[in-house]
Amino acid sequence: MTHPDFLWRDPDPKPSYDVVIVGGGGHGLATAYYLAANHGLTNVAVLEKGWLAGGNMARNTTIIRSNYLWDESAAIYEHSLKLWEGLSEELDYDLMFSQRGVLNLAHSLGDVREGRRRVNANRLNGVDAEWLDADEVRKFCPIVNVSSSARHPVLGATLQRRGGIAKHDHVAWALARKADAYGIDLIQGCEVTGFDIEGGRVRAVRTSRGRIAAGKVALASAGHTSVLAERAGIPLPLQSHPLQALVSELLEPVLDCVVMSNAVHVYVSQAHKGELVMGAGIDAYNSYGQRGAFHVIEAQMAAALELFPIFSRVRVLRTWAGIVDVSPDASPIIGRTPVEGLYVNAGWGTGGFKATPGSGWVYAHTIAHDEPHPLAVPFALERFTTGALIDEHGAAAVAH
Amino acid sequence: MLLIDCPHCGPRDENEFRYGGQAGIAYPERPAELTDDEWAGYVFRRDNPKGWFHERWFHAHGCRVWLTVERHTVTHEIRKPR
Repeated sequence: MTHPDFLWRDPDPKPSYDVVIVGGGGHGLATAYYLAANHGLTNVAVLEKGWLAGGNMARNTTIIRSNYLWDESAAIYEHSLKLWEGLSEELDYDLMFSQRGVLNLAHSLGDVREGRRRVNANRLNGVDAEWLDADEVRKFCPIVNVSSSARHPVLGATLQRRGGIAKHDHVAWALARKADAYGIDLIQGCEVTGFDIEGGRVRAVRTSRGRIAAGKVALASAGHTSVLAERAGIPLPLQSHPLQALVSELLEPVLDCVVMSNAVHVYVSQAHKGELVMGAGIDAYNSYGQRGAFHVIEAQMAAALELFPIFSRVRVLRTWAGIVDVSPDASPIIGRTPVEGLYVNAGWGTGGFKATPGSGWVYAHTIAHDEPHPLAVPFALERFTTGALIDEHGAAAVAH
Repeated sequence: MLLIDCPHCGPRDENEFRYGGQAGIAYPERPAELTDDEWAGYVFRRDNPKGWFHERWFHAHGCRVWLTVERHTVTHEIRKPR
C-alpha cells in the first residue's frame, strides 16, 4: 500500500498576506474557500495552532438542520443548509451528507406548543418543517419509546426532513483541498500570540512562527476567541465551556434519523460507520480543558436509555469534549470589531458544525467588503449594546 | 467531577452545586448614569480567562450557601480564593 496523496501543501508562512484567518477549523477553512471562490482573494493564510480541523471540527456530533425559531437565525442556517445540499458536488468530494431527517421530541404540553409554534415559524421562513404526533413519531423512528408510561412520554415531535448528518473530516479535507488549490496557505503548528495594532487598525499578527503582516485578520477560533480578542483589547460577551460527546461501539444499522430531545437532554444519530453518536449539554463551568465530568455523560446515557430502551446493552467506546464559546443569546457574533481590519466570527456555541458553509460564506463576504453580509447584519457585536438579541435558547436549548 | 470545599459542609461533589459564573460582579453604583455600552458590560460581558478564575458556586443540594472558589480553567485545580 502506498501513502495516499496529500490533499494540501504544508507551507511556511510568508511575511505578509492580504487576509490572515486565525483558526483552521471548519469555519476558518470555509471562510478561506469562499474568500477565493466568491471574492477572488487568494493571498490568504489560515493559521492553526494545532493541526487542521483538530478542534471542535473533530469533536462535534455532525448534526445539520435549519429549524431555528427567529427570522434572522432561520435565514442564516437555511442559507447554510442550501449550501450543504450542493457542497459535495461543488467541492468534488463525497461529504456523506445524508438528509435523513431530524426529530425534535416534545415531552410536555409546553414542548408541544413550542414545537408547533416552531413548525409554523419555520414554514413562514421557507424552512421545511412538519409536526408529528406520537404515533407518527413511532412510524418514523420505530425504536423510540413512545409508551405513555415513560417518565417523560413522547407527545409528538417536529421533523425537518432535509436535516441530517455529514462526515466532519471529509468536510474539512474537502474545503482544505480546494482552498489549497486556490493557492491559500494552510499553516499548521502556528499559534497566534498577539496582534500589532497601530492607529486603531490591525497591521500584523505575532505568531509562534514569527510576525506575519496582514491587511485584514479574521478570527475563527471558537472556544479560544475570547483569549485572542483580549490580546487585541476587545472584550467579548463569550464564555467557554466543555461540550462532551461520545460514540458507542459499532452496531448494525438501527437508527436512520437524528433524534433530539431538549427535555430528556440528549441527541442521537448513527454514523455511517455504525457507531451511535450522542451528545447533550455543556459542562456548567468555564473551561479550556477539552474534557468534562463523567456525571454529565451518565446523565446523558440515562436520557438516551429513556428514549431508546433498545440501547440498554450498548457499550460506550469513547468520550471526549470540545471547548465551545457560548454567547448570551445562544446566537453567533459575526462582523467587524472596534479594531479596523479585525473581524470576529464566534459564539456558535454548541451548534457551529451545521453552519460551516453558511458561516464561511457570510464571513468571507464581510471580510472582503469590510461590510457585513446582509445575513450577518443582525449578528453584529453591537446587538449586546442595542439590546436587539436573537434569543435561540428555545430552539437551541441543550442541543443545537 | 470536581471536589468543591463548601465552607459549611466541607468537601462535596460538584453535582451538589450549581455554577454561578464570575465572582465579584457588583450592581452598578449609579445605574442611572451608565451608558448603553456600560450596561452591556454589566449585563453581558464577563471575564473568560484561560487560567485562574474567581467564580461563584451555589451549594444547591446542601446548605444552600453561595461561595467563591478560585479554579484553574485548564487544569480544573481549585485553591482558596486569594
